[in-house]
Amino acid sequence: MSGREAGGETAPGNRLRLSVHQSGGNPARDAGYVDPPPRVGFFTDTSICIGCKACEVACKEWNQVPDDGLLQTGFSLDNTGGLSADSWRHVAFIEQGKPLGIPAPDADAGPDGEMRWLMASDVCKHCTHAACLDVCPTGSLFRTEFGTVVVQEDICNGCGYCVPACPFGVIDRREDDGRAFKCTLCYDRIGVGMEPACAKACPTDSIQFGELEDLRDRAADRLAELHAAGVGDARLYGERPDDGVGGAGAFFLLLDEPEVYGLPPDPVVTTRDLPRMWRQVALAAGSLAAGAAIAFAGRRR
Amino acid sequence: MSDGDSYYGQPVLNPPVWAALDIAGYLFLGGLAGGSSLLGAGSELTGRRGLARVTKLGAVGAISVSLVALIHDLGRPSRFLNMLRVFKVTSPMSVGTWILTAYAPLAGLAAASDLSGRAPRVGRAATLGAGGLGPAVASYTAALIADTAVPVWHDAHRELPFVFVGSAATAAAGLALLGAPPVEAGPARRLALIGAAAELLASRLMEERLGELAEPLHHGRSGMLLRASKVLTVLGVGFGAVLGRRGRRRAALGGGMLLAASACTRFGIFEAGMASARDPRHTVAPQRGRVAARR
Repeated sequence: MSGREAGGETAPGNRLRLSVHQSGGNPARDAGYVDPPPRVGFFTDTSICIGCKACEVACKEWNQVPDDGLLQTGFSLDNTGGLSADSWRHVAFIEQGKPLGIPAPDADAGPDGEMRWLMASDVCKHCTHAACLDVCPTGSLFRTEFGTVVVQEDICNGCGYCVPACPFGVIDRREDDGRAFKCTLCYDRIGVGMEPACAKACPTDSIQFGELEDLRDRAADRLAELHAAGVGDARLYGERPDDGVGGAGAFFLLLDEPEVYGLPPDPVVTTRDLPRMWRQVALAAGSLAAGAAIAFAGRRR
Repeated sequence: MSDGDSYYGQPVLNPPVWAALDIAGYLFLGGLAGGSSLLGAGSELTGRRGLARVTKLGAVGAISVSLVALIHDLGRPSRFLNMLRVFKVTSPMSVGTWILTAYAPLAGLAAASDLSGRAPRVGRAATLGAGGLGPAVASYTAALIADTAVPVWHDAHRELPFVFVGSAATAAAGLALLGAPPVEAGPARRLALIGAAAELLASRLMEERLGELAEPLHHGRSGMLLRASKVLTVLGVGFGAVLGRRGRRRAALGGGMLLAASACTRFGIFEAGMASARDPRHTVAPQRGRVAARR
């Protein structure tokens, strides 16, 4: 396939370290698109998230994602709970007894009299190596020309395989509908040159949409800025093309360990181990046949 | 306040939406069908007509109920044929769909020919064909559940296929011991022994590899099911394969125990995976370990 011609191409700079599982910088090209547009994604800078949930609302409205009930979770200001078939953006709220650098007027503060309140808008990562797409048995999940991962709702038969395949807990089955749903990175909007609804609605530009290469540069600059300002906890999450999912199309700047935000610290696409799984299955199948042959061999009874 | 290890104790993964009765039930019945077809082919080749009858009927019965369960578990059952749009080796469910598409009609033909006595050559070819595909039917389901982010299922991917074929062998042997005349059941008794040994050994190796992740294999409902499976396997082999040589009742009792043991294994593994998907520690702790090891 001509899309493979560019398999040896590497991204600008030396950011891209190829591992066995990785084939190149552009998953759309790997999927067979000839001369696709640049890969796009999200850079979500949680250090400037104010927890307004405009992203959640804009996403629901634009994509006509149904109401999933009013749930009072008790998780700080978070009454969404997590990403699901009916929540394609989810703002996490974490209260910590850690210093922010600004004295807190609150009695509910840490031992040193300070507290901080982390907020972060989570979304589908649009992985370079997407397990949901790999395991989908109908071809409903597909790679778009922008390098994103989208469910074709007219194909999905609700087998549910994508749900436990996702290492981030993003995609889910809508129970009253039966099909799987997740963020499309507003495939309809980006196709006509608009930015996704969540990024458009974000009042602080915590959610930034753009070409992935640009976003990675921007994120590196922002990280350096925060480190220079003394925010040593700041780190990028999902931006490295050599991670277990080949880098995320939607990556983050976090202020604490990923698991604090409900994110897996070292996600790996499950299909990375699939060749070994098939080998073991073949060995086991052969053993079963051999066992049966032994059971029938020799004695007559 | 955050506990630092998770987001309010919420799971990192979205746990599987599969119903235990459908999917764990299929893991059991698919194994039973595949193993039975192997015994059916062996019986065909060695002229054991009673054993052939039981195993062929068992195979077609088990695979028929399996197909109903698999379609029933879909969110959109009317779209089950969409499974046949593509063939994807990256999706064990796709591969399995095609295996079943080839296997189920063969199992049906084999049984129909045996029952009716018609088209014996076609029946024989179908019996051998189903027997050839039997090991694939019995084993691919291990890749089906291992190829997920569910910690217990994924990290057990080396041993799980052997646990599953062992369980398939004991289930098929169990059904044969229940239904076949004891004079023809020698291969079933031997297969019960071989399958039980393979399953118990592979389970042991799996538990060792999983380490702390093996917790759901020992505790809770899944732990109970897996313990029951081991007890039933040992007793089933004792009654069915050893004492069952002399006495149809003991053979049948042992056969029933082996079937129950196989079902307990499948439901136990299924439930253990569900428990590990729901617990954020099982997702986070091994990954933290990997990150720490790289530093």
